[in-house]
Amino acid sequence: MISLALLVLFLSVWQLSTKTTATGPSKGLPSPTAVGARAWEMISDPFYDRGPNDKGIGVQLAYSLGRLAVGYSAAAVVAISLGVLLGLSPSLYGALNPYIQVLKPISPLAWMPLFLYTIKDSGISAIMVIFMSSLWPILANTAFGVAGIKRDYLNVSALLQLSWFKRLFAVVLPAAAPAIVAGLRISIGSAWVAIIAAEMLIGGTGIGYFVWNEWNNLQLSSVIFAILMTGFVGVLLDLGFGTLAKTLSYKE
Amino acid sequence: MDEKKTAASPSAETMIERAVEESVSRAVFSSVIQRREFMRLLGGAGALAALNSVFPLDAAKALAQEKPGPIEKKELKVGFIPITCATPIIMAEPMGFYKKHGLDVQVYKASGWAMIRDMSINAETDATHMLTPMPLAISMGVGSQAVPFVMPAVENINGQAITLHVKHKGVKEAKDMKGFKFCVPFDYSMHNFLLRYYLAEGGVDPDKDVQIRVVPPPEMVANLKAGNVDGYLAPDPFNQRAVYEEAGFIFMLSKEIWPGHPCCAFAAPKEFAQKNPNTFQALFKAIVEATQYAHQASNRKEIAKAISPRNFLNQPVEVVEAVLTGTYPDGLGNTKTVPDRIDFDPFPYHSMAIWIMTQMKRWGYLKQDVDYKKIAQEVYLAAGCRDVMKSLGYKAPAQNSMSHQFMLGKNKVFNPDAPADYIKSFAIRRA
Repeated sequence: MISLALLVLFLSVWQLSTKTTATGPSKGLPSPTAVGARAWEMISDPFYDRGPNDKGIGVQLAYSLGRLAVGYSAAAVVAISLGVLLGLSPSLYGALNPYIQVLKPISPLAWMPLFLYTIKDSGISAIMVIFMSSLWPILANTAFGVAGIKRDYLNVSALLQLSWFKRLFAVVLPAAAPAIVAGLRISIGSAWVAIIAAEMLIGGTGIGYFVWNEWNNLQLSSVIFAILMTGFVGVLLDLGFGTLAKTLSYKE
Repeated sequence: MDEKKTAASPSAETMIERAVEESVSRAVFSSVIQRREFMRLLGGAGALAALNSVFPLDAAKALAQEKPGPIEKKELKVGFIPITCATPIIMAEPMGFYKKHGLDVQVYKASGWAMIRDMSINAETDATHMLTPMPLAISMGVGSQAVPFVMPAVENINGQAITLHVKHKGVKEAKDMKGFKFCVPFDYSMHNFLLRYYLAEGGVDPDKDVQIRVVPPPEMVANLKAGNVDGYLAPDPFNQRAVYEEAGFIFMLSKEIWPGHPCCAFAAPKEFAQKNPNTFQALFKAIVEATQYAHQASNRKEIAKAISPRNFLNQPVEVVEAVLTGTYPDGLGNTKTVPDRIDFDPFPYHSMAIWIMTQMKRWGYLKQDVDYKKIAQEVYLAAGCRDVMKSLGYKAPAQNSMSHQFMLGKNKVFNPDAPADYIKSFAIRRA
């Protein structure tokens, strides 16, 4: 209720402040009504395709989500397998930890020029940026989760003489699942943040390119609309992982 | 036959001509010695004229060129940056110039010059819009890995401007700009070199007395509006856009520094041209034809309409029209009429390349010593462009090089034959 009131207050202040300064052709920020009109225009025809450089907002979002899916899944597979290894073996963890600490804080975008130079493909480079941005949170959380599994569980599974494979899928992964999903949830957010910046660099398709293209035209109402759309998609992605986390959590 | 021309940069057509001449003279003379003797006596051109009287050489040449062979690669991707300099490259798609020459070209909008460079080197695009200094820099491995590039055609001449913030309306000359923060779109751009030239001619050291930043053009307008920078030398429509946004005024058109200076170009990796000679030739023709079409002032309004949509420049039509027609508000309350504010001329003079390289050397971008003439010949395909222009029925310059006339400073004439002396003649330089 309070958030709704805040929204109304924010919109009316915005509307009033833009009206008073709007004298020239595109002075200042566009008003919320202008953004609304623009949004309606975009949403009412989301899937048009007028050549390689002009596609509807739905198509652009689909491109971004497609990149996200590929880069993110690859990162999840690599990070979870590596994380389980690190979590089960404290000595390996100790050996790799310094490198992880150095690599972790690097902005995923900083990798872009290196990827472009080595991979020689802008599309794959963008996906690699997603990969780098989602890798570390999943890795850290998985290792943490696996390392924190109660010794009892592992001892029991050893006592039962479960195979290595069975031990992993019947004991280790389910026990560490809440921590892993928490990592997945953090990293989907950072991946979605990174894809927009990466697409602003490579151009062509995606919601990031859309923002850049509209910025080129200083068409701020479109830019604001795109910002709202990315926020909206981000919330949906987070909600999805929130539900997943709930179903996977367990009581000791 | 002009010996120098073909030695410099043979196009497919001149190569065919040479081959025909060679085989005809071989057929006429039984031994090499006999032929050489004949050539020596009459001189190359004289010998050909004499041969022509007994054998219809021109007809044979035309026959040989009639069928240029099948196009190796029909579907092509051509990169561009959304600025008016790219007009011919962009308009050739919606207006059908590529299609006319049997090509199915998709123009691909890139977000910045570094991206244009990398996508072209990585062969993600087949050919590309570039700044005229870029194929030279890339071929030499300056600010890039070294990859041989060719530049068959210049796109636009003139068409840039120095835009200053509205608070600087009192500025009259370079001297008044000490302490300014400027933007240019790329290190290896005419914008950077012309701004540096202008400032240095006015006694302002571009490395010490001002700050020059590399900034993407749309960001320039936003920064100018916010007052973060004092001005920029940028491609249009971003000068006109600053006027439209009431953030800046056009202080000086780039043609007031060097009338007829080249700016953007059409370029491709040499490997692409060698692997796909017929495709390259068709592309070359389409670009030259589009450039010539854009040169006609009467076509400019139609072009403005074709390239303004979101798919291409994504700009208001009136801004693009003001740039292309040369009738524009300058932001100081005047409406100016400068029909050649931007013009389009494909011919890539070697002397243009040499001037650009002298400036790279002058400002320390180019560390090593290079053979200016040789690189100019390898990268700028002047002879090839002449042949294509002629084959399409346009008039083409007879010389590959010329002296360029500048508007400012003591050393106004650039003589391409003495690049080292030219660099030494400047008081402010890093080399």
